[in-house]
Amino acid sequence: MKVKVISRSTDEFTRERSQDLQRVFRNFDPTLRTQEKAVEYVRALNAAKLDKIFARPFIGAMDGHRDSIKCMAKNPSYLKGIFSGSDDGDIRLWDIASRRTVCQFPGHQGAVQGLTVSTDGSILVSCGSDCTVRLWNVPGATLADSDNLSDNSAKALAVYVWKNAFRAVDHQWDGDLFATAGAQVDIWNHNRSQPVNTFDWGTDTTISVRFNPGEPNILATSANDRSITLYDLRMSSPARKVIMRTKANSIAWNPMEPLNFTVANEDCNCYSYDARKLDEAKCVHKDHVSAVMDIDFSPTGREFVTGSYDRTVRIFQYNGGHSREIYHTKRMQRVFCVKYSSDASYVISGSDDTNLRLWKAKASEQLGVVLPRERKKHEYLEAVKNRYKHLPEVKRIVRHRHLPKPIYKAANLRRTMIEAERRKEQRRKAHSAPGSVVTESIRKRRIIKEVE
Amino acid sequence: MLILVPSISAASLRAASSQAFPKRRLKRERTTDLSFQKTAAAAPCDRQASLTFLPFLFISMGSKEENGDGEMDQTVKKYLRGEAANLEGLQDKKLKGQLAIREELYGKSAKAAAKIEKWLLPSEGGYLEAEGIEKTWRIKQESIAREVDILSLRNQYDIVLPELGPYTIDFTPNGRYMAAAGRKGHLAVVDMKTLSLIKEIQVRETVRDVVYLHNELFFAAAQKKYPYIYNRDGTELHCLKEHGAVSRLQFLKNHFLLASINKFGQLHYQDVTMGEMVGNYRTGSGRTDAMQVNPFNGVVALGHSSGTVTMWKPTSAAPLVKMLCHPGPVSSLAFHPNGHLMATSGKEKKIKIWDLRKFEVIQTLSGHAKTLNFSQKGLLAAGTGSFVQILGDFSGSQNYSRYMSHSISKGYQVGKVLFRPYEDVLGIGHSMGWSSILIPGSGEPNFDSWVANPFETSKQRREKEVHSLLDKLPPETIMLDPTKVGTVRPARKKEKKPTKEEREAEMEAAVEAAKDTDIKKKTKGRNKPSKRAQRRKEIIDRAKRPFLEHWVEEQETFRKKQKTNMETEMPKSLQRFVRQKAT
Repeated sequence: MKVKVISRSTDEFTRERSQDLQRVFRNFDPTLRTQEKAVEYVRALNAAKLDKIFARPFIGAMDGHRDSIKCMAKNPSYLKGIFSGSDDGDIRLWDIASRRTVCQFPGHQGAVQGLTVSTDGSILVSCGSDCTVRLWNVPGATLADSDNLSDNSAKALAVYVWKNAFRAVDHQWDGDLFATAGAQVDIWNHNRSQPVNTFDWGTDTTISVRFNPGEPNILATSANDRSITLYDLRMSSPARKVIMRTKANSIAWNPMEPLNFTVANEDCNCYSYDARKLDEAKCVHKDHVSAVMDIDFSPTGREFVTGSYDRTVRIFQYNGGHSREIYHTKRMQRVFCVKYSSDASYVISGSDDTNLRLWKAKASEQLGVVLPRERKKHEYLEAVKNRYKHLPEVKRIVRHRHLPKPIYKAANLRRTMIEAERRKEQRRKAHSAPGSVVTESIRKRRIIKEVE
Repeated sequence: MLILVPSISAASLRAASSQAFPKRRLKRERTTDLSFQKTAAAAPCDRQASLTFLPFLFISMGSKEENGDGEMDQTVKKYLRGEAANLEGLQDKKLKGQLAIREELYGKSAKAAAKIEKWLLPSEGGYLEAEGIEKTWRIKQESIAREVDILSLRNQYDIVLPELGPYTIDFTPNGRYMAAAGRKGHLAVVDMKTLSLIKEIQVRETVRDVVYLHNELFFAAAQKKYPYIYNRDGTELHCLKEHGAVSRLQFLKNHFLLASINKFGQLHYQDVTMGEMVGNYRTGSGRTDAMQVNPFNGVVALGHSSGTVTMWKPTSAAPLVKMLCHPGPVSSLAFHPNGHLMATSGKEKKIKIWDLRKFEVIQTLSGHAKTLNFSQKGLLAAGTGSFVQILGDFSGSQNYSRYMSHSISKGYQVGKVLFRPYEDVLGIGHSMGWSSILIPGSGEPNFDSWVANPFETSKQRREKEVHSLLDKLPPETIMLDPTKVGTVRPARKKEKKPTKEEREAEMEAAVEAAKDTDIKKKTKGRNKPSKRAQRRKEIIDRAKRPFLEHWVEEQETFRKKQKTNMETEMPKSLQRFVRQKAT
């Protein structure tokens, strides 16, 4: 007879000293865990609910400006700082961590319309409706960290006066050129008081300009004549242009796929384009109910943030037709500028109510140090939520966003209008000779023509 | 070379390496080259669950070991939890790619889990092997006692309490504690590791059943008029008056539901966290003593005096299943932990083993059993009189045969047999107290600290309580097939009506088939050609009949439909004068 029975001595299965960690034994046998699928589903549901409970995206407002904020610029070499310019000519450098003004840059007489920082983070360029371009030395990190607020105003390095008011400015990603937009597109050097190059296509004012992050000589502009134009600095004339039905307020290049850019359009939508193929938008991002004023890509290139005249900030996937997130507060007025922070975890919006607002990019993310076990738990919950996201109960919770009443109503109205339009089109098609009415896809419909 | 992965505790590995493997294992280990690799992939992987369970540990082993290892394939299959999705007919290429990657991950994690099971689990199961002409069922507990270690020897004992019996017992899910209840009001809580009595109380009324709630701190006892909930110190916490005079209690630990059957045959489900009565159904089959919850899906089964077994869930007033199992009353039933097998015993001295996937009887054994219980490893204990028999399935083909037997002292009546989880021990509650015997190979040798830990500290217990409350399942998740949770119900296909031609062709075929039938030659006088022709005609008519009947039926419904149409076609102002047909 051979016999053996299970016998566990306590010493083998418990810790030796009180300082030791408790011993953990695993057995992955499925029969030990009954109804594991139901358990997982409940976890997914709870995770979705918890996400909603912890969705507190608003971190704080940065108060200080005396007029509405028109433009912002992030410092590519310093994570904590952000520059903002307002309608009364005030430029401020903010410390995001302490949410205070670190430095002011007085000088502009009219509204500051554009701000940008050189790639090395040493020079700030501002332009305004007072027809000047001003270059400033960016105060070092030491000043930003110090609490000394007595000497916190800087002097301009250089002031270049030009013929017309400026609307936007952007610095080359790799080089020392910057471009201003106004009556025409001017290319400037840091050391020259006059533009080194000037582009002009059409008569209307250019309202935004943005350099390509991958190819330093390419820039895109949008103008009041509803056109989006691509320029190559190596050529004497503009390269290509696409005219849409409504004007584009702002442009942002995708930093990870630098041949794609997204424009914030006046018609409540954003359009993603492939720079090589302008006759059709790659994706139309719908959700805003009023003109989209500004757009900025996350450094990961997977998401972008938009600010709109409807007083909301939305976050979109780079390839998603609808927004992932909507941020709003009672006091936030029309949003004129938004920026995604350089670490992709915050969003900053500047609005008509003279405040900058700091938001979390992921509404329910845990701030501060996350322990490895916590991180693992978050990953697990994210995974189960992802697995059961199609089930109605989970989907309803995950998708739900509270909207302010005016926006809710406006969205409903917009939906009705679009639906009515679609139905009318359908009927017209049904009552016309076959083939005489062609429905264009939404990606093409808003484009009038492409000019080379 | 060993690289430790944090999710496998250093302790378990230490235990694994220090464990004295049997010779067979040692040899194998020498021949194989074990190398562990940690992959950076942090993707979710597993078919059903166990996103937390499986560490991302992929072990690459010698190719020698990989091929032709049928045993390994079996374990991998266990961890795969079902067939892979069929991606053949999928049109969406992107989705197909994503799913293919996921399937690959499932496969990898199942393999990893199988390898962990093979090499890293710290303990091995017990066994009892006969040598020579010995038979395992003739081996006495005394001879087992001579062979096993001192620690296990402590699990063989008889507690004789002649005054307050018969006793019924229950173990906590981790097997550490036992609650015993004597019919005459004796309630006792025993720590089985130290074999010390934690608390005993006398409630001074009949106690019919006792059951542990989610941990050892609470237990419920079915007393004379109502069930009560006590805590470990014997303090009465709740009196559950709505249940009435309960004969059996069961606790569904995933759902935190206390299920009871009272003497009027009413089935109650009460949520013990919020105190809410989730379900209250009349079974309509009278009182019963056979009640068991299927651990696999949470369905409660009741055995009735009519010989039927009904299965219930808290969200429907009618039973999910009603099966006639025995010609006489059902005396007890038990479920295999994997949920596919059920054992029932009837008063007509038969024990039947059922396949719950097909609801078919697999095996019928003769013998009476007052109480039945399946162990974690699938041994079946049946107790009757003063005799306990253990049946085992050793061929792997669900063919239960004698494994062990045990007789307690003459005159003792076995009331309840219950295997102790994670131990090779069978607890027996009988008329004169309770006993405990060793059944090698009955328990799961390796426990999981996150599921049920026999060495749980109070801190761990508190944490586990919180976690299990967070994961508390709603009562709707109780269903016959629990893997259906989270799946989409397939759209029901509309049955296409056969066209007229098709129906005619079908009838033709039936007629042709009828024509071909041979007509038996009858006796003289009945075999005339005219008679034969008549008989053939009858056969053909009989074949035609169902088709013609169907046709007539259709005509009828069509006519009825038309009639109602006529009524509704009246001007609207007159419709209100139409006489409503009494239905």
